[in-house]
Amino acid sequence: MLRRHSKTSRSSQFLVSISLIIGVSAGCYIFSANFDYKVVAFILLLTVSLVAIVFDIIPVMVAALLSALIWNFFFIPPKFTFHIGSAEDAFLFLMYFIIALINAVLTNRIRRIEKQVLEKEEKAKTIKLYNTLLNSLSHELKTPIATIVAATDNLLDERSNLSGDNRKELTENISVASLRLNQQVENLLSMSRLESGFIQPKKDWCDINELVYTVINRLEQQLKNHTVHINMEEGLPLYKLDFGLMEQVLYNLVYNASIYTPEYADIFIAVKNNTEKLYRLDATAREHSEMKKEENYLLIIVEDRGPGFPEPVLEKVFDKFYRLSNSSGGTGLGLSIVKGFVEAHRGTIRLENVPHGARFTIDIPAETSYINNLKNE
Amino acid sequence: MNNAAILVIDDEMQIRRLLEITLESNHFDTSSADSAKEGLRMAASHPPDLVILDLGLPDENGHIVLKKLREWYTKPVIILSAQSSEEDIVNALDNGANDYLVKPFRTGELLARIRSALRTSIAEDSEPVIDCGELQVDLAARTIKKNNETVKLTATEYKLLSLFARQEGKVLTHQYLLREVWGPGYINQSQYLRVFIAQLRKKIETDPNRPAYILTESGVGYRFIAKE
Repeated sequence: MLRRHSKTSRSSQFLVSISLIIGVSAGCYIFSANFDYKVVAFILLLTVSLVAIVFDIIPVMVAALLSALIWNFFFIPPKFTFHIGSAEDAFLFLMYFIIALINAVLTNRIRRIEKQVLEKEEKAKTIKLYNTLLNSLSHELKTPIATIVAATDNLLDERSNLSGDNRKELTENISVASLRLNQQVENLLSMSRLESGFIQPKKDWCDINELVYTVINRLEQQLKNHTVHINMEEGLPLYKLDFGLMEQVLYNLVYNASIYTPEYADIFIAVKNNTEKLYRLDATAREHSEMKKEENYLLIIVEDRGPGFPEPVLEKVFDKFYRLSNSSGGTGLGLSIVKGFVEAHRGTIRLENVPHGARFTIDIPAETSYINNLKNE
Repeated sequence: MNNAAILVIDDEMQIRRLLEITLESNHFDTSSADSAKEGLRMAASHPPDLVILDLGLPDENGHIVLKKLREWYTKPVIILSAQSSEEDIVNALDNGANDYLVKPFRTGELLARIRSALRTSIAEDSEPVIDCGELQVDLAARTIKKNNETVKLTATEYKLLSLFARQEGKVLTHQYLLREVWGPGYINQSQYLRVFIAQLRKKIETDPNRPAYILTESGVGYRFIAKE
């Protein structure tokens, strides 16, 4: 609330505080027959305090000054002059002015302190996140590095009598470890690009069929013990999307499904088009008249037959560095990258448990082209 | 084809040594340079059969080196890059690179790309029939045969396929394909390309969803592979 108001522009703050003071004064003036001008001072003071809670210091000072002048001119006898009759009233006016100013300054100070506390909390949260990152990174990066260092030491040691098979196994270990290391670095790079707001989808026409099968073919080795069922809606249009980003989204989801489900578990991928027709409501006819615009959504569902996710963590799996306590491997970046890339397309992703598995549902608004359904040359 | 001379331009000593070892053990004559200046000088004094160029050189941007090289050098250039930025790759391909590899790359992949690039540069407009096992593309007779049966293609489909077949193994960018097949006015009309690639795959691939001839290079373009 505080933060939103501090963002409203200076000029609108001035406008609101001045009109509030004038409005309240006018109200008091109408009922001035009913109560004493000293009560009016308290009412105005209250208004200034309220303004001080939400606005910056300068508009508040202006409100304090204005209210003091108004009080003087319209309420302190003799009315309609800035002249103050009695010494008591002059003293009251002075005090009013000082209290209003102190009010403004103190509230401002409280807000500054509040902000500092908030910053401190934010910092503590960052540090905690950073520690989680370091823990997960030191494990995820150091394991493959340890493998590589140890394996090369063994291979280089001339005194050791490694058998041909062992030699081959060590070399294979190095290869697997380096690829794993590369995957982690890729993820970290994607994440930092997302964090810095560097990701601008480069949208171009995409054949979704091609997109899905490119991913499946890339994961062929990983999926050799799984059956993937692909269900593409008939006559799907072309969509304007960033092919590379969407490929990564699907890759991470299907890859996850393949490692967190038992062998031979089925994986389902379904793609549908959703058209939402928005009509202009004709107020007199009380019915939808002309169509305003038609919005197309690409709906992708990736579903697996595995253990699913524990209910309480369904919300958390898209968080950075979040890992299920019983899972091994992964920096916990895969799903947050998925979410980041989907959101870069202004889309949404949902996770839910279904009987015998988990289901990810992606919904992305996109421009479409039905040129593929026309008869061409 | 063996003993082709290859020039490696890369500032990283480790990568350079690795490439030298890999290439020499596969019977290529290898020389290497650690800077753009040195590389351009070596290419000019002993023109190699193929250049492997790293985009991240210390003394000059790799894209500029590629342009300078292309002013006179017509043989294949393969780009190495540490960044997998699609824009970077498309740029290099449009500036005349024949192929690209993103670090880290597999040795097998590197050798395949080198062989394919060398083969294309030798075979240029000499062979009218491109034989890809089950698929035969006869550029002289303008006929396509799949498992010895003639495949009927529309004029546009044929144009696209013959473009691929003539540059077998090379990555062709979306923009290049659109300009060559549909004309310069269609460079941003990639929807046509998507539709025709899908149609062409349906006609020539055994399984259009697992293409063996026309491969997708995500965000960059397509590559035609003649499997033998």
